[in-house]
Amino acid sequence: MKELLWLIVTLPFAGALILAFGGRKFPHAVSAIIGVGSVSLSAILTLLVGFEFLGDTTPFLQVAWQWFDVYGLSPDIAFRLDTVSLIFIFIITFVGALIHLYSAEFMWKDEGFVRFFVFMNLFIGLMLILVLADNLLLLYLGWEGVGLCSYLLIGYWYKDPKNGYAARKAFIVTRIGDAALAVSFYILFMTFNTLNIQDILTAAPGTWSLGSGIAMATAFLLLGGAVGKSAQLPLQTWLPDAMAAPSPVSALLHAATMVTAGVYLIARTHVLFEIAPTAQHTVAIIGAATLIIAGMSALYQHDIKKVLAYSTISQIGYMFLALGLGAWSAALFHFMIHAFFKALLFLGAGAVISVMRDEHNMFKMGGLWKKLPIIFWTFLIASASLSALPLITAGYYSKDKIIWLAFASDKGSVGLWLAAIVGAFITALYTFRMVFLTFFGKPHAEPTHRPGWMITIPLMVLAFFSFAGGFIELPQNMGNLTLVSDFVEKTLPVATLSVLQPFTELIFQIISSIVAIGAVFLAYILFFNKPFPAAEPQRNAVQRFFFKGWDFDLLYDKVIVTPMIFLAMINKKDIIDQFYTGLACITRQLNALLSATQNGQLRWYAMVVAAGAIIILTIIFFP
Amino acid sequence: MNIPMEYGLLLAVILFCIGLAGLLIRRNIIFMLLCIEIMLNAAGVAFVVAGAAWGQAEGQVMFIFILAMAAAEVSVGLALIIQLFKQTGSLDVTNANKMKG
Amino acid sequence: MILVWIIILLIGTGLLAWLASGWNTFLPRLISLVGTLIYFGITLWLWLEYDPGIGSQKWIISYTAEWIPAFGIQFKLVMDGLSLLMLLLTSFLSVICVLVSWKEINRRVGFFHFNLLLELAGITGIFLSLDLFLFYFSWELMLVPMYFLISIWGHEDRIYAGKKFFLFTQASGLLMLLSILGLYFIHGQNTGIYTFDYEQLLDATMAPQTAFLLMLGFVVAFTVKLSTVPLHSWLPDAHTQAPTAGSVILAGLLLKTGAYGLIRFALPLFPEASHQLAPLAVLLGVVSILYGAKLAFAQTDFKRLVAYISVSHMGFILLGVYSFNEMAMHGVVMQMIVHAVSTGALFIIAGAVYDRIHTRDLHQMGGLWRQVPRMGTMGLVFVMASMGLPGLGNFIAEILILIGSFQGNFKVLTVIATVILITATAYALRIMQKVFYGKEHKVWEIPDFGIREMIVMLSLTSVIIWLGWNPSSVFRLSKVPVQKVIQKINIPEYSQGEEMERIDRDNIYNVANFLDIKYVAINKGNQAQKIIKEVNNTYGRRTEFETINYLPNSPDIEQAEEFKKRSSKTE
Repeated sequence: MKELLWLIVTLPFAGALILAFGGRKFPHAVSAIIGVGSVSLSAILTLLVGFEFLGDTTPFLQVAWQWFDVYGLSPDIAFRLDTVSLIFIFIITFVGALIHLYSAEFMWKDEGFVRFFVFMNLFIGLMLILVLADNLLLLYLGWEGVGLCSYLLIGYWYKDPKNGYAARKAFIVTRIGDAALAVSFYILFMTFNTLNIQDILTAAPGTWSLGSGIAMATAFLLLGGAVGKSAQLPLQTWLPDAMAAPSPVSALLHAATMVTAGVYLIARTHVLFEIAPTAQHTVAIIGAATLIIAGMSALYQHDIKKVLAYSTISQIGYMFLALGLGAWSAALFHFMIHAFFKALLFLGAGAVISVMRDEHNMFKMGGLWKKLPIIFWTFLIASASLSALPLITAGYYSKDKIIWLAFASDKGSVGLWLAAIVGAFITALYTFRMVFLTFFGKPHAEPTHRPGWMITIPLMVLAFFSFAGGFIELPQNMGNLTLVSDFVEKTLPVATLSVLQPFTELIFQIISSIVAIGAVFLAYILFFNKPFPAAEPQRNAVQRFFFKGWDFDLLYDKVIVTPMIFLAMINKKDIIDQFYTGLACITRQLNALLSATQNGQLRWYAMVVAAGAIIILTIIFFP
Repeated sequence: MNIPMEYGLLLAVILFCIGLAGLLIRRNIIFMLLCIEIMLNAAGVAFVVAGAAWGQAEGQVMFIFILAMAAAEVSVGLALIIQLFKQTGSLDVTNANKMKG
Repeated sequence: MILVWIIILLIGTGLLAWLASGWNTFLPRLISLVGTLIYFGITLWLWLEYDPGIGSQKWIISYTAEWIPAFGIQFKLVMDGLSLLMLLLTSFLSVICVLVSWKEINRRVGFFHFNLLLELAGITGIFLSLDLFLFYFSWELMLVPMYFLISIWGHEDRIYAGKKFFLFTQASGLLMLLSILGLYFIHGQNTGIYTFDYEQLLDATMAPQTAFLLMLGFVVAFTVKLSTVPLHSWLPDAHTQAPTAGSVILAGLLLKTGAYGLIRFALPLFPEASHQLAPLAVLLGVVSILYGAKLAFAQTDFKRLVAYISVSHMGFILLGVYSFNEMAMHGVVMQMIVHAVSTGALFIIAGAVYDRIHTRDLHQMGGLWRQVPRMGTMGLVFVMASMGLPGLGNFIAEILILIGSFQGNFKVLTVIATVILITATAYALRIMQKVFYGKEHKVWEIPDFGIREMIVMLSLTSVIIWLGWNPSSVFRLSKVPVQKVIQKINIPEYSQGEEMERIDRDNIYNVANFLDIKYVAINKGNQAQKIIKEVNNTYGRRTEFETINYLPNSPDIEQAEEFKKRSSKTE
């Protein structure tokens, strides 16, 4: 079965290709079957390959062809399956297939139905290339490719210039990270003479000394790429705007898969970070800072999708924190669980928005729990998981592990733990604020219809995983089940702990449980069944600051965008061209000066000839 | 009778200057043509005088050349003047400044 | 002989098309199409015939005849891998040009096609001629038809643009003529052989300062063609005002003659002087990259925007050529091809938009996707190509140039050039937004791409995707010529015995390459040591130091082969 790895990647591309060329002639149903079917087949194949791989977890390399071979750089188009990439392709194809199914109903009436599926299938294919690539150049191909898909899908409703703006912003901001990533390739190739990931990882510790400048530079550049793609500080500003995309896109790209590419990149190149401890520590700090900053912003949003967007940034912050702690498996575990519940939240929010006549404002919803029971219950499960309600939710097990490691890992500290636990509090608070505002209280508007089975089934499947997915990895004092970490640690190193007492861990578990439950209770007091004005709520300066995402946009606008545009505009006419035009002007004027003597008067010419003759004669005879 | 060469040359110079002045002053193109003839003949006088002074025949030979050339020039010139008159309707040379740069 | 026939074919077809325009306007188009298709067929056949196995063979095809023997001028046409690539590109684009002019050109159709084919003949001549006089002749030959193409069939400011183009190229061409003559006389005085033959002039020796001045003549001519800042200012006007086919030829081929000239003439003829010039050239390259991008972002005229993209892309060529690195040089060759395809395609799209809505002003477009989804899709592909998206050919070119030049001496400049990844995104997405996305300013009722246009666009698309996923088909051809240039240019650095101890990767790589060792070891393994080991294993057991010592420092082929023979004897 492993030999069919290439097919997993190819199927979505094939689907995209068929739809791109023939899509307009097909009826909707056929397009949907091709679009959903190709990804579903990929998902099934992934399961088959995955089951075989579980039996024998030696990494599996499949070379399609040699890309090129120039001056020692000879990357292959090759896919490498190991435990980490297996987790990623499982999430990508499986969640992808569910979201595709959901989209088939969600986008049914849209005029660009086929275009949507072309882009989505393209995305899945490129994302698979990203995580399966065996060399950095091919990884970069997928990396940029998903960026393109993100651009296309954010700007999917292209008629509104705002969407176009958001799409461009997303692409350009992530490209800043990509540029950093590209520079890291220069250094890596210069040092290792290859861009093959495994070769680099093997050679790096022997070549670079621990904490050397070049290793540090490389790690920071890689981090730059990861930060851009994963919407972490300071390049997080594109993600909230990216919510202009249709909801399934937000679920798939901007929550479950694409934005976690940064996490994947750092995990994949973990050796480079381990020999650059400062860089790794920076990863943790960025994660911690981001999770709090984004969490605070989420608290003040009124657009349900914006809440989820900031929440995504914040949760990826947790993953970065885990990566920075060297808790590779915890990061990947949280990635997995997050993919389930965040995709579910976005899909649920999308369903709510669509039945509420495209209303995004939570304050204009309310009381929906009776009218949309399936959406409500699944949404609630996902919210509980996001808030990490103790014991019963998957989010609890994944997030609590990170919070615990923030303290207990040898790279952890009280500061990081504090950030994580405060973040957890904020998370639960804004999550249940969202739940209470949307589903409880007085209804402000009636839903138009109930979603059909293609929407509800993915919701229920995802809800199951958001609930049950956590039980495959339990803390040591609660069953000590380590399926995920065992699996991941076949590829990535084990996190080293400095604090090992189960008792301490229990205390920390209790603290985080209390924090989560407390936050939900606080949300209950503040937001449950409270009459809120349906209009735009008034905000004071501080609230507006949080609402605007800490005014990063304003800052970048003032510092980077405006000067750049100004520079471009004052020189629109190209000053160098002006120089040549000036040259031409001067020549023309000299010409005018000379041609004034050519007045066409024969007598004038004769006089000039005579005068010239006299002058010459004078010079000759009276020197 | 032996006229000094200087007198002959002085005559040539005076004739030439009269011709040049006429060329510069007159507007009528026929008069300008006449003035050119005068200048040519001034040159001819200078040749003859010089030839006589040195006792050489080349002076006269050159004059015959100049005569022939003047005849040709006048015929072409008159033809051009007729054409010019047809085109511009006058003999005023200031009207014929089509070659202005 | 086939090389001569190609040129005769082009000129003959042109004349025939001109004559045929007496009957009707369809015939010249058909004749030109057939002629260019034959041309394309010939180059395709040559490409398929080409056997990369014969690495040491000097030229694929060569043809030499006396022309003006009194002055040592020959009619010398020669093709190697690089020329073949350029010929493939030329013939491919010539078919495209005839096809895009099918509906657009309605005045003086015969004369148009005559000029078009004469232009192509000139360009073909440039790519083939190896006699400097013949090269200059072709260089001038391509100037006049292009002047006509711009000033007769161009847009509103065509006369101005045509003059500007002519003045810039003519003036720089004269500088080159001076340099050619200088080289001719210096070589003649030194050796007594007065010749314009490239291969003999390669060995010309002269004082460094003289060499530098002579090289400047060449370089100025080539960088004007390359539209390097600050010599670029003819390009935006010429590109904007030319008819579509003219823009395609300008962007796709004319600019490439500059790049080709640098690789073929400026570098090998003046290796030491090129090293002197390198810092400035690389700096100008990087400036062009960023300056072009910035100006592209500011433009409101569609074609002008694309023209500045060209400036930006050509900066890469300068950067790559003057970092004297094999990888960068391969990237340059790739860039020459993909830029021709991607920018050509953008010009075709701009032309098609202009045909339909009669404006090039971006502010008056918007929301065209609804009306012309096929055009929009094609626009998307080539916009992405021009910002260097992986999977399309431009990425390979840019990343190779960047990685390659980082291995050279200009690391900081290379990193600065990387900023283009961001700025290119800004200008490229601006095209998509202004033309295809956003609100419709008017309710356009315009036709989408028809079959003819789709054939053109799909062939361009498939080329750019093909090159993105299988660039080896280009590198297979460019390998030998590029390595030759690199060896020639890098000899002064490595020829001294005192630097023997320096284990230089370039050198070892070159040597290994010429000894036919499969240099897989370099790719996968750890640096040069492995190669040395492999050399040791294959050619007798020497210590590593000896190996380096013994390996020919300037590994030309004969030396390497001799070495191989000797080694096999000792075994």
